[in-house]
Amino acid sequence: MMDLSNIFNSISFVIPEIALSITIVLTVLFDLIFDKDKKIIPYIVLVGLLVTGYFVFAQMDFANFGFTVGDEKYGMFTLDGFSNYFKIIILVTTIIIIFFSSHSNEIIKTFDRSGEYYALLLGMALGMMFMVSASDLILIYLSVELLSLSSYVLTGFTKLSERNAEASLKYLIYGSVSSGLMLFGISIVYGLTGTTNLYELNTLLQAGSINLTTLGFSLILIFVGIGYKISAAPFHFWTPDVYEGAPISITAYLSVASKAAGFALLIRFIKTSFVSYTDASGNWHLLGIFDWQTLLIIIAILTMTLGNFSALSQSNLKRMLAYSSIAHAGYLLLGLAVLSDQGLLAVLIYFFIYMIMNLGAFFIVNLIANKINSEDIHDYDGIGYTSPLLGVSLAIFLVSLTGLPPTAGFIAKLYLFIALVDANMITVAVIALLNTVVSLYYYVRVLKHMYLNKANESTQAVIPTLQPRIIVLALVIPVLLFGIYFTPIVSFAQNCLNILTK
Amino acid sequence: MENGSILTYLLITPILGSLILLFIRKEQENLIQWFGLAVSLAAFIISLVMFTNFDQSNGSFQLVEKYLWIDGLNVSYHIGVDGISVLLILLTTFLTPLTLISTWGTIKKNIKLFTFFMLFLEAGMLGVFISLDLFLFYIFWEAMLIPMYFIIGVWGGENRIYASIKFFIYTMFGSLLMLVAIIWLAVDASSQLGYFTTNLLELYKVGPTIARDIQNYLFLAFFFSFAIKVPLFPLHTWLPDAHVQAPTAGSVILAGVLLKMGTYGLIRFNLPLFPQASVEFAPYISVFAVIGIIYGALVAMVQTDMKKLVAYSSVAHLGFVVLGIFAMTVESVQGAVIQMINHGLSTGALFLLVGMIYERTHSREISFYGGIAKLVPVYATFLMIASLSSIGLPGMNGFIGEFLILLGSFKSQVLDNWWFTIFAASGVIFAAVYLLWMYQRVVFGNVTNPKLENLSDMNGKEWLVLVPIILLIFWIGIYPTTFLDITETSTINILEQVQNFTIKLLN
Repeated sequence: MMDLSNIFNSISFVIPEIALSITIVLTVLFDLIFDKDKKIIPYIVLVGLLVTGYFVFAQMDFANFGFTVGDEKYGMFTLDGFSNYFKIIILVTTIIIIFFSSHSNEIIKTFDRSGEYYALLLGMALGMMFMVSASDLILIYLSVELLSLSSYVLTGFTKLSERNAEASLKYLIYGSVSSGLMLFGISIVYGLTGTTNLYELNTLLQAGSINLTTLGFSLILIFVGIGYKISAAPFHFWTPDVYEGAPISITAYLSVASKAAGFALLIRFIKTSFVSYTDASGNWHLLGIFDWQTLLIIIAILTMTLGNFSALSQSNLKRMLAYSSIAHAGYLLLGLAVLSDQGLLAVLIYFFIYMIMNLGAFFIVNLIANKINSEDIHDYDGIGYTSPLLGVSLAIFLVSLTGLPPTAGFIAKLYLFIALVDANMITVAVIALLNTVVSLYYYVRVLKHMYLNKANESTQAVIPTLQPRIIVLALVIPVLLFGIYFTPIVSFAQNCLNILTK
Repeated sequence: MENGSILTYLLITPILGSLILLFIRKEQENLIQWFGLAVSLAAFIISLVMFTNFDQSNGSFQLVEKYLWIDGLNVSYHIGVDGISVLLILLTTFLTPLTLISTWGTIKKNIKLFTFFMLFLEAGMLGVFISLDLFLFYIFWEAMLIPMYFIIGVWGGENRIYASIKFFIYTMFGSLLMLVAIIWLAVDASSQLGYFTTNLLELYKVGPTIARDIQNYLFLAFFFSFAIKVPLFPLHTWLPDAHVQAPTAGSVILAGVLLKMGTYGLIRFNLPLFPQASVEFAPYISVFAVIGIIYGALVAMVQTDMKKLVAYSSVAHLGFVVLGIFAMTVESVQGAVIQMINHGLSTGALFLLVGMIYERTHSREISFYGGIAKLVPVYATFLMIASLSSIGLPGMNGFIGEFLILLGSFKSQVLDNWWFTIFAASGVIFAAVYLLWMYQRVVFGNVTNPKLENLSDMNGKEWLVLVPIILLIFWIGIYPTTFLDITETSTINILEQVQNFTIKLLN
């Protein structure tokens, strides 16, 4: 039944993924053959990522079902504007993380293993690229596992401290349980419907001859798996420990790219399987079998509230940013909970901006940690005066994470609020607003330490070299620029709203 | 029209100035101070030119500029002024150079950053007063939080960190409420207009036709945001902390201009956008305004710290302003606008005076002083004028504002109850009590504290700062027509808008 010609036809849809795989192979080979020139590895990886990016751009306008089976129209791999948008986010994040890693003392200390590091990093990227295009439960599971296995290793990669090992182990245990549950859910769905393809699942659900209780149960199990990836409450418990223990570059990567892929997966899963039609004004009309909206709203509110309130008392900056990233996942879930194109637009814009500002904040924490070997907020006293560039930039990123104008973070919140109000979810918008006020407190607390507290003996000047300085500026300038003129992001996101459905 | 983009020049002057300032070396403190002054004076001159181009007989928005900014949301760079905003702009550009001069020699650390924030703040304040687009307005409104946070937090007193965070969180809470309300308003209006817009002039037409229950929510969201800024009792608790901890310049700008943004917002947005809700809620709000007047005065009376006393007197004064706005008569609203200016001048002068003596003695305790009339007669005279103006002595500015507000609230159709006026009037008496009592304890009597003996009188710089303010205090007090003429047609315009949808307000 496997039709080889189908597969060959679909190969052209996965050229970026193939390019990425070749890069991985090259990285590993290079690492083995030229043992002494490891410095070149990051450049090979960069070139590979740029080539991959080129191919993604080349297929920007494609909208295809790939890897179909037999005469079926719908395949396990879907290429559309939506998947390309997230692929670009993943690739850009990966490229920034490559630069990031070359300025991270933790990674530099493990220089002799850098081949493994970059290969595993690309492995995560590959898993995510497949995740955002996966339209079949089997491919979903495989890509999630590819991502997870690489990230378990990377979390404990430096082997420098106990917390590093603890993080890795915790991640592994939590991850295995949740992916086990997800697999269980998938198998029940298959047992119920006889298919793993999301489009066919949609057809069967429309026909409506499925036991809804069992289906609901299995959906919750699948949701656990995805919720774990996007660290939505109550599946977020691993996040602070893992984020704190992992090398900062990996923490940043997990908090942006891995979350993006998880969201893309969730959105596609819901839109493809459960939407009966999308009306002219862009509202998604769901099949009335499972109340996704209520579930998402509850989870979203829970996630952002827990994230924000837990962040309040953190004095380790990495841990604080971990909780803040949980809170941001909550805001993003609200955008999805609107279940309309307007909400999806808000999510896309939010992710783009979140990527820049979150990576920026982590990068500066990393640069400072390189020098002072600490992420404790008390060691930041007066650092705004001793290290002006990093201080001002971190301040801008934090203000943007709070969502104050004139930074890009405001635009992200603005579109989210517009989507919520447009859908008449005023109460939810007010809850999100109150959460933002809470978040203001812990973000401003960092500003307080940097600028209002006096520098003490332990405060050191952190003056970065040219390259990190350029990276910081390359991240700060868009945050300010998009805060004032955001039409480019909006129109880019608008062009990528298209999620292929039946 | 000639000088077509004068408002843009006005707005851009402090922004450009603050950016250029960043390139001056930190050590050149003199240059930085003179440069800051030059920029703020330039802004003042531009605002005077703007004023000469302003046609007082026309109550609608003038010197309007409009350029599309974000096409997807129909947001434009849309600015213009009417009689009310003109006065507040002049107040802003007038006070900024004076406060900058007052910091010479008193702000010693990080002068560059301080001047930068002051100019940034000025741009934000001007932006708030000229925006005719809600989105633009919101950006300026929020952009001011950060410089103010730093001004209090870096250059403030002992407890500055607590005060600055409290200030930040309070106002941020209010402004986020407003953000949701702005979006809700625009979304709701888009169902009538057929497109999303944040253009204030278009929303003026749609706002009053919004369903009543939604209008009430929107009104309250805007109102809370502004009431926190004003601050109206019982939302005032951030104010004494912020005022007492802020450096003198920060207090002057905070009292002089920032608080006015709240009352300005009530006039500019709440009344014309939601007239029915305004009329409905006016009596309740006025109750809080009157409580604020009396409460502020009573609390001011028991203060032992001069700065705290002035801070609580702000609560009382702004209670008057809010009462004037929600009495919704021509007299009371005009009185409210004049009172906004007055409060900026007299409270600004009081803060400056308290700051000046604090610089000399490092104490603000009333009991620390006594009998300084003999030591520093000129200072005592200035303090006398500022206190009397704040009390509202006839012949000075405070009288005009309070009189118009009381007169207006007495005749008010909306309040329709003269108890408001009676209770509010008692606030005038209380003001006399706490200010004169303070004055008596500080200035008269015998010098008992040996630390005061070397007290020096006003220097040239301090004269320079206070004299312009004192002149204006008398100008408004003796010939208020100059200022009332500016606001009259605009006030009538706003009340007409309210009247069109509710009850008769104008004769």
